[in-house]
Amino acid sequence: MDAILLQILNGLDKGGAYALIALGLTLVFGTLGVVNFAHGALFMMGAFCAVAFNKLLTLQSVTIDPSQTTPWGSPMEVRQPYVEAWLGESGKFLVDYSVPASILLAIPVMLIVGIAMERGLIRHFYKRPHSEQILVTFGLAIVIQEIIKHYFGANPIPQPAPAAFRGTAAVGEMIGLGQGLPYPWWRLIYLAFSLSIIGAVFAFLRFTTYGMVVRAGMRDRETVGLLGINIERRFTVVFGIAAVVAGVAGVMYTPILPPDYHIGMEFLVLSFVVVVVGGMGSLGGAVLAGFLLGILQSFASMNEVKAIIPGIDQIIIYLVAVVVLLTLPRGLMGRAGVMEE
Amino acid sequence: MALNLSKQDWLLFLGFALVVLTMPITLQPLGAAYPALMQKFCIFGIFALGFNILFGLTGYLSFGHAAFIGIGSYAAVWMFKLLTMNALPAIFFSMIVAGLVAVVIGYVALRRSGIYFSILTLAFAQMFYNLAYSVLTPLTNGETGLQLTLNDPRMLDNMAGAATGGLPRVELFGIGLSGGGYAGFYFCAVILILCFFFAIKIFRSPFGLMLRALKSNQNRMRYTGFNNRPYLLAAFVISGVYAGLAGSLMAVTDPLAGAERMQWTASGEVVLMTILGGAGTLVGPILGAAVIKYFENIFSAFNEQTLHRIFDFLPDSIENPLVSVLSLFVGEGWHLTLGVIFVLIVIFLPGGIMEGFRRLSGLFNRGGGGGKPAVASHPQPAE
Amino acid sequence: MSSFIVTRRGLLRTGALSGLALAAPMHFVRGAYAEDKMSCNVPTGDTVTFGFNVPLSGPYADEGQDELKAYKLAVKHLNGEGDGGMLPTFSSKALKGNGILGKKVAFVSGDTQTKADAARDSAKRMVEKDGAVVITGGSSSAEAVAVQSLCQDLGVIFMTGLTHSNDTTGKDKKRYGFRHFFNAYMSGIGLGPVIGEAYGADRKAYHLTADYTWGWTQEESMKAATEKLGWQTVKTVRTPLGIGDYSQYITPVLNSGADVLILNHYGKDMINSLTQAVQFGLRDKQVNGKQFEIVVPLFSELMAQGAGEAIKGIYGTANWDWKLTDPGTKAFTQSFGKEYGTPPSQAAHTCYVQALLYADACERAGTFYAPEVIKALEGFDFDGLGNGPTLYRAEDHQCFKDILVVQGKEAPKDKFDLLEVRKIIPAKDVTYDAKIFGGDLGPADAKTC
Repeated sequence: MDAILLQILNGLDKGGAYALIALGLTLVFGTLGVVNFAHGALFMMGAFCAVAFNKLLTLQSVTIDPSQTTPWGSPMEVRQPYVEAWLGESGKFLVDYSVPASILLAIPVMLIVGIAMERGLIRHFYKRPHSEQILVTFGLAIVIQEIIKHYFGANPIPQPAPAAFRGTAAVGEMIGLGQGLPYPWWRLIYLAFSLSIIGAVFAFLRFTTYGMVVRAGMRDRETVGLLGINIERRFTVVFGIAAVVAGVAGVMYTPILPPDYHIGMEFLVLSFVVVVVGGMGSLGGAVLAGFLLGILQSFASMNEVKAIIPGIDQIIIYLVAVVVLLTLPRGLMGRAGVMEE
Repeated sequence: MALNLSKQDWLLFLGFALVVLTMPITLQPLGAAYPALMQKFCIFGIFALGFNILFGLTGYLSFGHAAFIGIGSYAAVWMFKLLTMNALPAIFFSMIVAGLVAVVIGYVALRRSGIYFSILTLAFAQMFYNLAYSVLTPLTNGETGLQLTLNDPRMLDNMAGAATGGLPRVELFGIGLSGGGYAGFYFCAVILILCFFFAIKIFRSPFGLMLRALKSNQNRMRYTGFNNRPYLLAAFVISGVYAGLAGSLMAVTDPLAGAERMQWTASGEVVLMTILGGAGTLVGPILGAAVIKYFENIFSAFNEQTLHRIFDFLPDSIENPLVSVLSLFVGEGWHLTLGVIFVLIVIFLPGGIMEGFRRLSGLFNRGGGGGKPAVASHPQPAE
Repeated sequence: MSSFIVTRRGLLRTGALSGLALAAPMHFVRGAYAEDKMSCNVPTGDTVTFGFNVPLSGPYADEGQDELKAYKLAVKHLNGEGDGGMLPTFSSKALKGNGILGKKVAFVSGDTQTKADAARDSAKRMVEKDGAVVITGGSSSAEAVAVQSLCQDLGVIFMTGLTHSNDTTGKDKKRYGFRHFFNAYMSGIGLGPVIGEAYGADRKAYHLTADYTWGWTQEESMKAATEKLGWQTVKTVRTPLGIGDYSQYITPVLNSGADVLILNHYGKDMINSLTQAVQFGLRDKQVNGKQFEIVVPLFSELMAQGAGEAIKGIYGTANWDWKLTDPGTKAFTQSFGKEYGTPPSQAAHTCYVQALLYADACERAGTFYAPEVIKALEGFDFDGLGNGPTLYRAEDHQCFKDILVVQGKEAPKDKFDLLEVRKIIPAKDVTYDAKIFGGDLGPADAKTC
C-alpha cells in the first residue's frame, strides 16, 4: 500500500513538471498555431535564472589569510559573500532562499525573452508550414543552449533547496495513514506549485475578459479581428505568459535536478509527447496527459511491474503515445481540424 | 535496372563521382583529407540522401531516422561476430533488417500525417534507444557498445581456417577496411556513388513523381481514387534501408555499435543536414552532411590560441575583441555557429545551400545578359 | 571539442589557412618510410604528440577536466618546466626533464562526452589527423574498453585514465592498453571486511547499478564480497547512465526490506543518486531494527564536493588520496595545488602517472616504436608515484599496488578535507590470478597507420 502511494506521489510530482511544460507549449500552439521547439530552452533559461541569481547573491570577496596555509603551502584564501557581509543573518537567509526568490527575477526576464522571441522571430512564421516552424525554433533552441553553455559551462550546477525544505515530510501522518511514507519536502512543494500555476493559467483564461478574448481568438482569429480587437498584441502576451510558465517551472525544478544547458531538450521531447497525447491545442488535455504519463511512468518502474514486463519503465511513455495516437487520432482531448492538413 | 539516364543526369552523376573520389586530394587545403572524416562525409551523405527521399519528396518529417542507423550498425556487428569479417554480408544483412523494421514502423506511423507522424517516429526511435540500454543489452551490450571479441564464432571465417592473432579487421576479400586507412574511405565512397545513382533513378522515375504529387496535395490524389499508403510506405522503407546501410558502414569502418547513435538528437542532425543542403534536391543533403561534419571536426578544433595566430597581423586593440567574439563560435561553441547558420537558412533560404547556388547562378546569368534559364544540371526542388 | 596547444601540425594547419598548403600529405608520405622500426605515428620531427582523450561534458565531466589539468602538468614536467612534480621521486631515473628521447612533448586533446562512440571518434581524429603517438585518458570504462580496442586496431598505445571495470584488463584486455587504476574486484576485496565490521554480518543489500561494463563488474564484485560476509542481496536494479532524476529507482528501495543500499554509480550519477537517496530520508530510516546504510564502492574527492553533506560517513574505496604522506604524493599535491589551487583528484593522479609511465617506457626502450615500448611497460616494477611499490603485470597490463578504503569525513576542516583514509589494503591482498577474468591480450605487431 505504502509502495503504491509512494509511486502515485512520485508520478504526480513528475506529472506536474510534464504538465507545466506541456501547458505552455500547447498554449502557444493553440493560440498562435506555432509548433515551438524552443520551448524546452525557455524552461532551461528559467532554471538558469535561478543559477544566475544564486551566483549574484554569492559573489565573494577574497582576502588572503597569511596565518593559514593550504596543504601545498600557499596562503589560504578566505572567501566571504558580499551579501552576508552587508546584511548579516538576513543575507544568509536570502542566500538560503535563493531558489524561490529567483522567481522574482525569472518572471520579468522570461516575459521579456518571450515577447522578444515572438516579435523577433515567431511572428514571421505564422504563415509558414509547421515543418519550417519546427526547424527554425529547433535552430533557435540550439543557439540559446550554446549561449548558456558558453557562460555557465557544460556541467550541471546544483542549486540546494532552502535548508528548511531539504528533509523528508512524513506524508503518511499528514493524510492520516500512520507511520511511514516519507517524501522529500521540496518535491511536495513542486507539486503544489505546479498545481497552483496550472490553476492560475486556467483561471486567467476562463475568468478574465482578456483570457476570454484569447480563447475566442484560439477558435476563430479572423472574427475576433473583425470585431476590432487587436488580437495580435494579445497573442504576443500569451507567448510571454507561456515563457514565464516554462521559466518558473524551470526555476523550481533546480533543487530536484541540477540544471545543465541540455536540460530543456530532455524535457522537450517528453513534453511534446505529452502535448500530442493530450491533443494538440487542448490545455486540459495537456494537463491530464502530463499527470497520466507521470503516474504511468512511475508505476512502470516498480520492481513488481518490471518483473512481469522487463524494460517497460523505459518505454511506457512512448508506448502510450503510440497507442493513443493510433486509437484516438486527436489525442485525449484534441479538437477536430488541428494539424491534420 | 536500365541505365537510361538523361545526358544531364549522366553529367551530374559523373561529376559527383569524380568529386567524391578525388576528395583525398581536393580536400587537402581544407585540412579535411583524413580518412576518418571523409568516411563520415560518405556515411552521413548516404544517411541524408535516404532521408531526403522521404522528407524531400513526400514532405513527411521523420524524427526517428537515427533508429535505423543504430539497427544497421548492430546488425552489421552481429554479422561480423557470427559469420564473417567480410563487409558485404554484413551490409546486406543490415539493409534487410533495417528494411523490415522500417516496414513495421512505417506501416504504423504512416497512418497519421503532419506532426503526429513526426511524434510517432520519434516515439519508436526513443523506444529502440531506451530498450537498447535496458532489456536489449544481451543484443546491444548497452552503454559499453557491441564489440567484437576473440571468442566470437565467426563461422565462415573459421571454416576457411583464417589465421587469427588478436581481433581480425573488417575486410573486403583481403583488403582491410576498419582501423583507419584509405581503403575504408574508398569503400564508403563507392557505395555513396551507387546510392547516388539509385537516388537519381528514384527522383526521375514515375514513382518519384508520384511522391512529389503526394507532397503537393494528398487529398487531390486520394480523390482520384489513388491509394497513397503503399507509395509512402515504399519511400519510408527505402529511406530506412539507406539509413541502415549508413549504419552498417559505420560498423564496417569501426566495428563497434553504440546506442548513442540512435538518440533523437542524431535524428535531428540528419534533418539539419537535409535542410541545410536543400531538401528535395539530389546533391543538397550530401552537401549539408559534409558541411556539418566538417564544422564538427575542424571548427570544433579551433580555440582562442588558433584565432590569435590567424589574426596576428591586426593591432591588439582590434585583435583581442575580435578574437573574444569569434571564440564564441568555434571550439566548444561550434554548435552555436551551426544553430545560427541554420536559423538564417530557414528564415532567408528555405531551399538551403542549393537554392543559394541557384540564386547566385541566376544572378550571374542575368548579369551576363544571356537569356538562358538557370537550370543546367542543378536538380529542381520537389515543390 | 578539442583544443590545440602549439604543435607542429597545429602550426602547419594554421599555415595552410594563410596560404602555405604544404601540411597535409602526411598520410601519403607515411607509407613511404615504413621501415622495420616504424609503428603508427612514431614522431620524425622534434616534437612528440600525446593525445589526451578526456570527458569534458557528460556525467563524468568533472573528472575529465581534472584529468586534463593533470596531463598539462605532466607535459610541463616532462619538458622540464615547473617544479618537476613526481619526476624526482619516481624510482626510474630515465626521464631527464628534456622531453622524451630529446623530443619536446606536445599534445592535442579531445572531448569524449562520456560516450564510447564519441571517445572513439575523438581518438581516431587525434591519431589520423594530429599524429598522436599515444592516446590516454577517459573516465568511464565504456570509453576505456572502446578506445582500447580501437587503439589495438590502429597500433597506438592507450594508457587508460580512470577506469574501474574488471573487463578493462580482464575479458577486454588488449596488448596496446595499459591500466594504472585499480578495479572493482580489488574494491570488493578491500571494502568487504571493513563494511562487515562496521555494519555487521546480518544485512540485506539493495544494489542500484550504472548499466554498463563498470557497473556490471562492480555489482558482481560487491555482491560476491558482501555475500561472503553473510549478507543477502535483496535486489539489483540497473539504471541508465546520466538520467539525473533517480527518484523512480529510489522509491522502491524504501519498501524493499533492504537495510543497505549499494550505489554502483560514479561521477554526477553518484552525486545525484546519493543526494536524492538522502532526500528521500534513506539515511534516517530504521529497517529490521537496524540503521539504514548507504555504501558507494568507488568515490572520489570531486564527487564528495558535489554531494556535500550527503557523503558524510559513507564508505568507499579509492585508488589514491592526496592526503597520503609518501614523498611522491606530497610532491604531486604540491605542484598540482600551486598550479590550480585545488588538491588533485584520484583521476588526476592516475592520468599524471600514466603519462609519466609512458614517457619513461619510451625513454627506457630508446624508441617510440610501439612493440618495444609495450615490452618496456610489461612487468615493470616501480615506486615513488604515490601508491608505493607497484607492478605493471605483464599478463593483463594491470597495475598492482596498495588501495585505500575511505570514508566521508564527519567534520571537515576545510572544503578540501572531505575524505578520510580508513585503511590501506596492501598490494598482496588485492593481487589475483590473471586467469580468472579470461581475455587475451592479442598481438603486439606494429602497424603503420
